[in-house]
Amino acid sequence: MTATAQSSERRVLNDGGRDHSAHRPDRRQINWWLTALVAVLSLTIFIPLYFTVVTALKTPDELGGSGFGLPGAPAWGNFAEAWTLTDFPRALLNSAMITVGAVLLTLLTNSMVAYAIARNMHRKLFKGLYFYFIAALFVPFPIIMLPVVKETALFGLDNQLGLILLYTVYGLSFNIFVYVAYIRSIPMELEEAAITDGASTWTVFWKVIFPLLGPMNATVGILTCLWAWNDFMLPLVILSDPSAQTLPLAQFIFQGQFNTNYPVAFASYLMAMAPLLLVYLFAQRWVISGVMRGSTK
Amino acid sequence: MSVPTLARPAKKLPRAFYLMVLPAFALFLVFHTVPVLTGIYYSFTNYAGYGEWSFIGLSNYINLFRDERILNAYGFTFLFAIVSTIAVNIIALSVAMALNSRIKFKTGFRGIFFIPNILSILIVGYVFNYLFSNSVPAIAEALGINALTSSILAGEDTAWIGVVILSVWQAAAFNIIIYLAGLQTIPGELYEAASLDGASAWKQFSTITFPLIGAFFTINMVLSLKNFLQVFDQIISLTGGGPGTSTESISVLIYRGGFQGGEYGYQTANAVIYLFVIIAISFIQLRILQRREASF
Repeated sequence: MTATAQSSERRVLNDGGRDHSAHRPDRRQINWWLTALVAVLSLTIFIPLYFTVVTALKTPDELGGSGFGLPGAPAWGNFAEAWTLTDFPRALLNSAMITVGAVLLTLLTNSMVAYAIARNMHRKLFKGLYFYFIAALFVPFPIIMLPVVKETALFGLDNQLGLILLYTVYGLSFNIFVYVAYIRSIPMELEEAAITDGASTWTVFWKVIFPLLGPMNATVGILTCLWAWNDFMLPLVILSDPSAQTLPLAQFIFQGQFNTNYPVAFASYLMAMAPLLLVYLFAQRWVISGVMRGSTK
Repeated sequence: MSVPTLARPAKKLPRAFYLMVLPAFALFLVFHTVPVLTGIYYSFTNYAGYGEWSFIGLSNYINLFRDERILNAYGFTFLFAIVSTIAVNIIALSVAMALNSRIKFKTGFRGIFFIPNILSILIVGYVFNYLFSNSVPAIAEALGINALTSSILAGEDTAWIGVVILSVWQAAAFNIIIYLAGLQTIPGELYEAASLDGASAWKQFSTITFPLIGAFFTINMVLSLKNFLQVFDQIISLTGGGPGTSTESISVLIYRGGFQGGEYGYQTANAVIYLFVIIAISFIQLRILQRREASF
């Protein structure tokens, strides 16, 4: 406490003395030693990626040793082999369908539920509902894993559609938490104006509130996309038909067949990781600011 | 003017609000609450996942505490989760502080350090598996480091370290971004003032940085521990629970025993215990960390 008080006092003093800024350490001065250290640390990210790429391009004879050497002539055939072996197009289509479906359904429904709760938090029913959804954040998935598999099988939802539904429902807990905080920061005046103009509650939500949720929609959309695309456990237990396999699940299923041929396996891994990596390459700043926004809510 | 318009919706709530939450509530009930309750119900039976079953009271719960394999899974999961939580928070906070200081290519580095979070843990796990079992021993042999010439995944006492490395590598990405968001809320003037006062780097960290990112530290500690206690993908891709059952986590055990081992009822009992453990730990953690936060 005292430290803060002192420093704010100091800040006032400093603001008066702009001309003496030469005494202060220059803000623009780049710390090159630290930059170099961070660059070295970032190798921990690149090494496994580099390794995946070079291994995917080798022939089985070129394996061995540390495995970090470059391949002689790139064996592009590995990709073709992995493509047919894992039925890559089908797995890609499944993953894409499930991810897009989960993101769209989540954005449209979770924001709406959060709106109803955020605007009625003073009512016991809605407040209770809020805590009911949030409490599920503490329930580990394994406890519902066994029963929910029986349930989805019973309802005929042991497929891509079922997964879309489950991601939307299980995402509620966290998404409501961030949406409600955000919606409560939106002033009521806009809605009141629309209501006096005779707009229904539905119109108010879709025409006034939903467009204002842009930044939060981005955050929730990004997190849902990463979850649905990379998730392994739900597809593993829910999907019963092999033709419904997602990309991570396909890697698991074909592990046995890969065992003898690592380059083909790595080509398959690379193809499974590539789509989201490519998207990330272009949307990097947007993705990170979206995640940061979620954490400060 | 605005008083009557405010009072009206407060009296009679538009039906639309109920319709907005009703489907979500129904689906959540069916796909979350009902499974939790059926899970608890089956935990008192000897249901194998198929065929006939009967109530057996608390036998499952009593047997759990005598089951070597269950106790072993709890031991491994806790050791793994605690070590990983501490490691990931130290690493993530250090990297975030470096990324928040006066370095070049900040946004670029920030983007790079987030990459692990966009990749599937399972797939990265397969890559790490190969690195641990083939590349690391080959390099160790070339350098003459005897301790690492055999795969760490092959040793009962060392396999968990491989799981920690993969998990920390992956989880650090997200925690770095959370810490970075926290660090950016601290006004730069505080540090300038502190350095004018002659405060050392450590003094600045312990009196400014750490207290002011307390909330972010709490979030990261609670979420990391909770996520690590549910470790699954990492185990499947790296060790499959082995060697022996040395790296079999609680989630893996519930999955294996419940789906493949005919222990449906027994493993749901395990899951119920696990639920209480996670809730208890989360609350204890929140209380301790929030009290510490408040004391600053």
